[in-house]
Amino acid sequence: MLERMVLVAGRTSKQGTSLNAGKLAGDYLEVTSTSEMNSDDMARLGLKDGDQVRLRSAAGEVVVRCTGRPPGDLPSGVIFIPYGPLSSQLMGSDTALTGMPLSKNLDVEVEPLPGDGDAAA
Amino acid sequence: MSDDLRIVENATCTFCGCVCDDQILTVDDKAKRIVKVKNTCALGRAWFTEHSIEDRPVALIDGKEASLEDAIEEAAQILAKAKMPITYGLSDTTSEAQRVAVAIADMIGGCVDTTTSVCHGPSGIAFEGVGESTMTLGEVKNRADLVIFWGGNPAESHPRLFGRYALTPKGMFTPNGRKDRTAVLVDVRRTKSAQVADIFLQVRPGKDFELLWALRALVKGRKVGPEIAQVTGVPLAVMEDLVERMKSCKYGVLLFGMGLTMTRGRHFNSGALLALANDLNEFTHFVAKPVRGHGNVTGADNVVSWQSGFPFGVHFGRGYPRFSPGEFTTVDLLARGDADAAMIIAADPAANFPKAAIERMAQIPMIVFDPKETATSRLAKVAFTTATYGINVPGTVYRMDDVAIGLRPAFDSPYPSDLVILTAIRDRLRVLLADDPDGRVYGDPRRPLAAIPA
Repeated sequence: MLERMVLVAGRTSKQGTSLNAGKLAGDYLEVTSTSEMNSDDMARLGLKDGDQVRLRSAAGEVVVRCTGRPPGDLPSGVIFIPYGPLSSQLMGSDTALTGMPLSKNLDVEVEPLPGDGDAAA
Repeated sequence: MSDDLRIVENATCTFCGCVCDDQILTVDDKAKRIVKVKNTCALGRAWFTEHSIEDRPVALIDGKEASLEDAIEEAAQILAKAKMPITYGLSDTTSEAQRVAVAIADMIGGCVDTTTSVCHGPSGIAFEGVGESTMTLGEVKNRADLVIFWGGNPAESHPRLFGRYALTPKGMFTPNGRKDRTAVLVDVRRTKSAQVADIFLQVRPGKDFELLWALRALVKGRKVGPEIAQVTGVPLAVMEDLVERMKSCKYGVLLFGMGLTMTRGRHFNSGALLALANDLNEFTHFVAKPVRGHGNVTGADNVVSWQSGFPFGVHFGRGYPRFSPGEFTTVDLLARGDADAAMIIAADPAANFPKAAIERMAQIPMIVFDPKETATSRLAKVAFTTATYGINVPGTVYRMDDVAIGLRPAFDSPYPSDLVILTAIRDRLRVLLADDPDGRVYGDPRRPLAAIPA
């Protein structure tokens, strides 16, 4: 079952504090590989907190964990992920003559991987 | 913890663009640690207290330990031989170091670009087209009675922006602090920042431009139909209420984040917001300012602008500076395969650039400056371990409102600063380029050696 959603990458407190220990360290990698999803969307896709999803954009694909957010906080069809190595793999390199690759509101295909709670890749 | 603790008053945190210069640090000199921080936020506390001197070689060449002198020689040779070298990063170092980095790019006829190009670079493009009705954060503290945060989440990215400047402090014309201000948040998500906002507008993803343009129309008294709610996700009545508040406030502020610049529309989004601020000056005083991420990214814009006339994405290959985003910006230079060498100062593009750009980084000789091992330093031909600015290194940084602030470091590092290494590379390049068989100086044989800046 595949769904199209919009991925927004951004900063979070945990992403900011964890990078001081090193961006190759476990905490930072954990934080930047955990996405937030509308809890109604997760229920519809048969996902629970900690399950994994595969996100695929025109540029690449990654597997991340997901946690639910109330529908009032995060609209249906929108996924949030802290900036990091995984969100970058989904960015294309076309900057439309600005220097800036698109890293928010990326169109992604979401493939649920329910019950597969091992470390995200 | 040792008994000999020392207090550093008015230290400056360089984690984010707020650059809070009222930090009180308790320093354990024996352990080389900061054990306590006052007046800080969660990000600042982690920045200071988790800082430690790492046990790494001062330099690596091809992953093997090397002396500082050998690494400087190798770096200078790489830069002297390259035809399209990039100098990139610069937002987490002092302005003194930024100045030398720009001079090197000028000497070798290469490109200089900063993390601005993947941050508020589109806003920089918009400034040139629309202008910027600007201010300092001190003015916001003392005067602002309407503060609109657009496309950002300061509660998590710039936690003290609310308490120190924009929302709760009592100022000259805002004697009651928070009670004298109305706070508005515009964002796709209901973030932690929404908890402090009086009004929250949840805009549809990718519809910021449409919302800004509709607000401009309403400010100018044009008719906007209720169907705008289907487009933007914001009801017309909410927009009309906001417009009334914007026109009737005494001092309005738009503080905007990368929710505008990193999405489709990029500089058009920033430009629409800057134009809205300009429009509102027909009715009241209104200003706009990008909220900047890294501690001295604003300094990078300032220094590159003083030295070249442009803020980022500058090429010196013709002997004079040319600004061309999309052509001389780092993602493009790498992804197209144009760059044949790179000097990366205090940035980690291998962790946050698109795949095609990272693949090019793995193919070309890179010189990387960083206090820590990073994905980028792992790809380096020459990797320098550097002291951390603000904690180990003195100098100057620029707050997000272009105010220059001095650094008061906590303790020394055994590693050299970016400035020390860059100065040594620049001095070696002067010698190498003076002997260049092609007569190349600064990448342009017509320019005399005497014109090299001090």
